[in-house]
Amino acid sequence: MPALLLKNGRVIDPASGYDATGDVLIHDGLIAGTGANLSMSGADVFDATGLIVAPGFIDMHVHLREPGFEHAETIESGARAAAAGGFTSICPMPNTSPVNDNATVTRYIVDEARRRAAVNVFPIGAITKDSRGEDLAAIGSMREAGAVAISDDGRPVMNARVMRRAMEYARSFGIPVINHCEDLHLSAGGDMHEGAESVRLGLRGIPGCSEDVMVARDILLAEVTGARYHVAHISAKHSVEMVAFAKARGLAVTSEATPHHFLLADADMHSFDSNYKMKPPLRGKGDVNAVIEGIVNGAIDAIATDHAPHPGSEKMQEFERCPFGIIGLETALGIALQQLVHSERISLAKMVAMFTANPARILGLQRGTLAAGAPGDVTIFSTTRSWTYDVNKSFSKSRNSPFDGMEFQGGPVATVVNGEIVWRADR
Amino acid sequence: MNGLLGIATLSREEIQAILDRARDFQAPPGQRFPTFSSQAGRTVVNLFFEASTRTRTSFELAARRLGASAISITAQASSVSKGESLVDTLNTLAAMRPDAIIMRHSASGAPHFLQRHLEIPIINAGDGTHEHPTQALLDARTILDRGAKLEGLRVAIIGDIAHSRVARSNVLLLSKFGARIVLCGPAPLLPSELTQLAPGVTLTTSMDEAIRDAGVIMMLRVQLERQHEAAFPEGEYFQFYGLRLEHLKRARPEVIVMHPGPINRGREISSEVADSQKSAILNQVENGIFVRMAVLERVLSGGMNAGAAP
Repeated sequence: MPALLLKNGRVIDPASGYDATGDVLIHDGLIAGTGANLSMSGADVFDATGLIVAPGFIDMHVHLREPGFEHAETIESGARAAAAGGFTSICPMPNTSPVNDNATVTRYIVDEARRRAAVNVFPIGAITKDSRGEDLAAIGSMREAGAVAISDDGRPVMNARVMRRAMEYARSFGIPVINHCEDLHLSAGGDMHEGAESVRLGLRGIPGCSEDVMVARDILLAEVTGARYHVAHISAKHSVEMVAFAKARGLAVTSEATPHHFLLADADMHSFDSNYKMKPPLRGKGDVNAVIEGIVNGAIDAIATDHAPHPGSEKMQEFERCPFGIIGLETALGIALQQLVHSERISLAKMVAMFTANPARILGLQRGTLAAGAPGDVTIFSTTRSWTYDVNKSFSKSRNSPFDGMEFQGGPVATVVNGEIVWRADR
Repeated sequence: MNGLLGIATLSREEIQAILDRARDFQAPPGQRFPTFSSQAGRTVVNLFFEASTRTRTSFELAARRLGASAISITAQASSVSKGESLVDTLNTLAAMRPDAIIMRHSASGAPHFLQRHLEIPIINAGDGTHEHPTQALLDARTILDRGAKLEGLRVAIIGDIAHSRVARSNVLLLSKFGARIVLCGPAPLLPSELTQLAPGVTLTTSMDEAIRDAGVIMMLRVQLERQHEAAFPEGEYFQFYGLRLEHLKRARPEVIVMHPGPINRGREISSEVADSQKSAILNQVENGIFVRMAVLERVLSGGMNAGAAP
């Protein structure tokens, strides 16, 4: 493979604090250097003039549906959607069939990804067997097979004692525990955020407190156990405040937010359109503002998509029967630019950190940086090019997005994985 | 394309036109119903995914009295049990080209979702815990028939508000006409956000406070089938939220008692009240047909927004 020279872009590497116009050279799949006027004979040259050159984006929360639900997504199709969204690494949640609760399934995902995925795939293993919330899964051997975190995403561990043991055990293997925070008794049967909109539409509510009580429980357990603990897709105001509190106490607590939770509120939902149905649900305006505030003040570390493909047949039903979740890999950067950077809430470098260095730190990945010797993962994007999202052209096998037809200022332009351009915008 | 999905999207003028037209269909007491034939040759399908006697019969009679033919399908699980989706069921029916589909479904928003995929107008005969527009229309017709004015009228709606599509549609309609609405029930069935449904809505958990100065008392059934939990102690419901004669003694003399039915005597309303002079329950049933005739006529003549019917 020839070397790749990315010329004349604005190079932003939050891990080292580097932010200057210059070049990035990738050789033998690794970052060879960053600086002004680099050259190498025989290298392929990519003119990045006017573009941002950043470490490869990491999405620490996706659903690839393989094995078991290949009609919705496969490792291959999900990875292609990731590449088209500017992501070079993705972390699939374990709610496949069978559940990724042992090393065999973990190895299957890793091997399939190596063969067919355009981007790096780092699986997340289950906390408990079959994610039933009872007996701990084979956490140590999944770790050895390549799992980078554990989570019973979507089926949160309701038993506090089980969660405590999971945190203790995970800590000894140096692996973070990620929780989808939802007290299932409080949220039972709910279809959307509990508030004025759910009352108006006659839909059963998922109250913000169903998230808050579990975040509170987990933070207390994280303190007792000393575990590295991460709140998935944080969406409720008090949850954000409690993570800030945990950080102030010096606990190893982190959190992520999805683009839809910092862009849309329940009132933005088109009535009974299942492309707005997900967990946690789109919350109230005050919650959206709290998530943005958490991003600004550092309570929230990472941006993750919770890319959750569902085929049209499952989303074309009565609202209460439709499954939860929306796809999001291809729209994440556009939304983050619009909602966080163009609106001047955070700097461009900080946004890049939330897609790169921060998730890498949480998961312990030696990625998310342009330091010499790091894997040659690079995301090249524009902050100005206008484009319109057409969900029917998505690389995902599913079409469940509320962002179809949305116009963006800036988005991914090219995606480099281990020194190779795996996707390039045709716009 | 213009069916009737809910009160939310109707203007005050449209509502008034329907109520006025319904009066034209009313028969003077003791006389046979006049027959109409303005909708001869039209076909409507009653598609009920939820059990209902009165609403389905009422729509069926309304169609027939306009000269239209009506077919009723109780779809409870017929197609669903064979794995057919709601969209496919409706598409199949639509291919047979009825002029309107009257639909009841246990899922909130089911008709709204279907209308996005279907050309044929849908009339919502009750969707989950969301709306029941013709019930609110017939309730308004009944109140007006008793000589009350909606503007400034104090209406107490008492019972399982959280799960009531009747309450939602009534709140929306009455508010558009300037009524003051007091919603009352056990706190777990009375979410505070109800005040944001429409202007003029207040909440109370006290029956006495709700009834004070009310011109209309609407009692609701406790919809145990829509509750998925024991949100309140059932055994003492009648003691605190059942309407009894003693309440009426403290109410205004001209107060009207209404109930969308089916009533549960001794549960939310005592027999004495249900059968009292103040009860307008059977007037409501009768007006159901006239209001539904008016709605059907408008829909079949080109839509709710197509101006007054001829």
